[in-house]
Amino acid sequence: MIDRLTEHRGLDSFDIRYVTLILAILAIGVLSIYSVTHGQQGGMAPYYLKQLVWIGLGAAAFLVMWASDYHHLARFAYPAYAFILLMLVFVLFEGRTSKGAQRWIALGSFSFQPSEFAKLILILVLAHYYSKAPRVGWLQRVIVPGLLMLPGLLLILKQPDLGSGLSFVAVYAAMLLMVGVRSQALGFILLFSIMLFPFAWEGVWGSLHDYQRQRIMAFVDPDYDPGGKGYHALQSKIAIGSGELLGKGLYGGTQSQLKFLPEGHTDFVFAVFAEEWGFLGVLVLLALFVGLIWLSLEIASKAKDQLGALLAVGIVAMLCFCVVINIGMTAGMFPIVGIPLPLVSYGGSATIMTMASLGLLLNVKRKRLSLFY
Amino acid sequence: MAMAESEFGDLYRRLFILRVGLLLVVALLGLRLWHLQIREGPYYRDLSENNRTRLVLLEPARGLIYDRHGVLLANNVPSFSLYVTLEDVKDREVLIQQLADLLALDPTLVRKKMTIKGSKLLPRKIKDRMTLRDATLVESHRLDMPGVMIQVESQRNYPGGVTAAHLLGYVGEISADQLEKPEFIDLHQGSIVGQYGVEKSYDRHMRGMAGQKSVEVDAVGHEKKASVVERPQAGNDLYLTIDVRLQKVAEDLLGAEQGAIVALDPNSGDILAMASRPGFDPNVLSRELTAKQWVEIVQDEGRPLNNRASQGQYPPGSTFKIAMAVAALETKTMSPSSTVFCNGGYQFGKRLYHDWKASGHGYVDLHNALVHSCDVYFYTIGQRMGIDVMAEFGKDFGLGKATGVELPSERSGIMPSTAWKQKAKNEQWLPGETISAAIGQGYVTVTPLQMASLVGTVANNGVSYRPRLVQAVMDRTSGNLQELPAVPRGTINAKPETFRVIKDALADVVTKGTATKAKSSMVTIGGKTGTAQVAALRTGPEENIPKKFRDHAWFVAFAPVESPKIAVVVLAEHMGHGGSAAAPLAKEVIETYMKLTPQVPAVTSELSSVNGPGRSSEDS
Repeated sequence: MIDRLTEHRGLDSFDIRYVTLILAILAIGVLSIYSVTHGQQGGMAPYYLKQLVWIGLGAAAFLVMWASDYHHLARFAYPAYAFILLMLVFVLFEGRTSKGAQRWIALGSFSFQPSEFAKLILILVLAHYYSKAPRVGWLQRVIVPGLLMLPGLLLILKQPDLGSGLSFVAVYAAMLLMVGVRSQALGFILLFSIMLFPFAWEGVWGSLHDYQRQRIMAFVDPDYDPGGKGYHALQSKIAIGSGELLGKGLYGGTQSQLKFLPEGHTDFVFAVFAEEWGFLGVLVLLALFVGLIWLSLEIASKAKDQLGALLAVGIVAMLCFCVVINIGMTAGMFPIVGIPLPLVSYGGSATIMTMASLGLLLNVKRKRLSLFY
Repeated sequence: MAMAESEFGDLYRRLFILRVGLLLVVALLGLRLWHLQIREGPYYRDLSENNRTRLVLLEPARGLIYDRHGVLLANNVPSFSLYVTLEDVKDREVLIQQLADLLALDPTLVRKKMTIKGSKLLPRKIKDRMTLRDATLVESHRLDMPGVMIQVESQRNYPGGVTAAHLLGYVGEISADQLEKPEFIDLHQGSIVGQYGVEKSYDRHMRGMAGQKSVEVDAVGHEKKASVVERPQAGNDLYLTIDVRLQKVAEDLLGAEQGAIVALDPNSGDILAMASRPGFDPNVLSRELTAKQWVEIVQDEGRPLNNRASQGQYPPGSTFKIAMAVAALETKTMSPSSTVFCNGGYQFGKRLYHDWKASGHGYVDLHNALVHSCDVYFYTIGQRMGIDVMAEFGKDFGLGKATGVELPSERSGIMPSTAWKQKAKNEQWLPGETISAAIGQGYVTVTPLQMASLVGTVANNGVSYRPRLVQAVMDRTSGNLQELPAVPRGTINAKPETFRVIKDALADVVTKGTATKAKSSMVTIGGKTGTAQVAALRTGPEENIPKKFRDHAWFVAFAPVESPKIAVVVLAEHMGHGGSAAAPLAKEVIETYMKLTPQVPAVTSELSSVNGPGRSSEDS
């Protein structure tokens, strides 16, 4: 530990590779958003300019997080969680509705999405919980954190926001696996969920909104009704597939330019990129994400305490989950759930939150290098 | 601390598993994308091309129709049509409702058109002949109705309205049944084809060839770019044999009565006029009719869609005596001078066959028998010749078979014979039936067109031509005018003397016989009256009988007697005697024709003088 300390000094913790990867991915995002929305009319500022503003705010959040101390932040985990739960309740009653879901809180001409920030706060809460005291037994390791997560999860599902809800569960599951669940407990959970599945299915399926059910049905067989329910999934596959090896070039993506592909700047931005830059472009983007996640895992494994490691793991898990699910759904491997591609999709809350999380990750690395805190 | 160390050790192990898992998942994603983009890339590229390009058919301009002097009878005018591309429609039921509300259309009709089998990518026609107001209404709502398109197209137009409606016919959208037939193989749903008249019989010439346009559209069906793949080819123009002025006169002569007038040139078979009443407006029928409108037309008692000239079958009555006279002379059953005594009736077996003149005509030869239409004379010769000899001559004159005029659904009438009755009714021919047939009653039925051909053949001394309606076709692509030659149909094998005798008699029918009302100061006319019985049993004077049971009036004529230029047939349904009801109309037609054509000029010079002006505007 001492030699490592001597290797790095001061701003060295501001890992230049790490930041370069983030900036490269952000650039791909802005480029794709620009390509798909440049022709759009309307009095509002163009999406790519707005996205640049979000990235600016995100960069500020990144720096603040990097400069802060995650130990201090962890102390505010519970109050912050309480606060975000209140926000989620507020959204339920006063939120702005768009496309059948009530997810946003209007702030003047902008609106923000508390469920995005809830993810980061959940990571803080769980990391704080596990690291504060040794948690033993399945009750302390599984049930209590589960109960901690539950109110947030339910409020998010109620909006409805299946994508954020799933990320919530993913973060919980990832941290659970990282702190180590006895095989007995794991088996118990598995058994329990299998037993409950028929009842849960009834409850889950029944509680789903029409469009969610349709999306799941569409996933099962998107080709059966083009123009209908499977429309998004099929058009997305066509967009990606028709890109072939080299892509159709910037602005050349007919699927996205002619608007066959819906939500080209948000959830389906990957399909836009894949259509215009082809398989080679896709490989580059995948490599950038793998690189970023690899460095993040490096940070997690070298964290100097359990809190830092768990924070890093939680953030990496969330990042991985979003990347894999988003690309998977646009490529027709998973049902379509509203999960944006981190750092690429247009969206203020998600961009700021993701960049703040990455700042926090870098903070974990920075704190490893400082002797006193 | 030891505890923490072990926790960390555990964490490292788990992080390692996480890395391996991550690489596996990313590899899986990469594999999937490789599959989509490389292996199935070309397939998806095709799909994306299909997504954005639509082939739009460019309808050809249908050929025009002119009369023999180049007067325009049918052309095309621009009109708006509504098309829907199902591929671009988000919710079909919503769209049907929107269109129904916007244009006051019948939703079930719209739904029917949308469900007809066919490509989802090809726009299908939902409504044509839209008003400018409706078209702009749709255009202004197009953003709310993806897949909807307004196309300017040419619509068939008949400037003359009801004039010559039965000849011209009308056009309409190809039916599902027609689409299955081989002759319509190049056509598609929404294609316009001739459904009646020469529009139908010459459809192949006039329809032209559709072109194609490739259109790039966005997801809401908005056109972005268009390029013509194949230009449409205009259909060919028709030049009919009719003189529309004569046609109009003939139609006006019939007026509100039911009946038919046919005028043809015996020297070529050219039909100069062919009127049938009641008529219809082909402009209305070429539009899309509602079910109610159709029922009204089809159930009309006057059967306006029926071309009585070629589809109406009537007993020829005494006009049949012309054929009988030829047969009698040619078989030497009678000589021109031999006589028959007529006392007003003809006893055959137990039955007495009446002459129309109860007091009788006394001794009559062939000439007088025709001039005064003596029934007993023809009963006698009919009895002597027998039905099969009569049938042979009748068939020589074209009775009992379709003339072959270029009109759909022509009827053939009946020229009975023993063989015919055996075949049609599986009964033996009764001798008494020969007697009825001898004066054109009983089983004998003819169409007015057949009678016109018959009288024309007699006028032309036995030389006969197939009646025809189209004399030339103008090829739109090459600009060549292809003249169709007259079609000879054989010659009646009879002595010139026979025709001279008969034509003399027919001339006297008009000058001093049963048709003095056809006498013209302008031109010599030969003719023969006829009265076709409708109901067998009649009591009281004609005026007391309900009109639908009254006799049909016939008059067949030709003029001038010396060198016939025109043969005319008038059939007036339920108008009683031919001499009073039909003969004056024939005279009018003949006089009009003589006035219109002092000398009959050569057809070619007329045609070449009318080409050019008025045609270019039809190219739309």
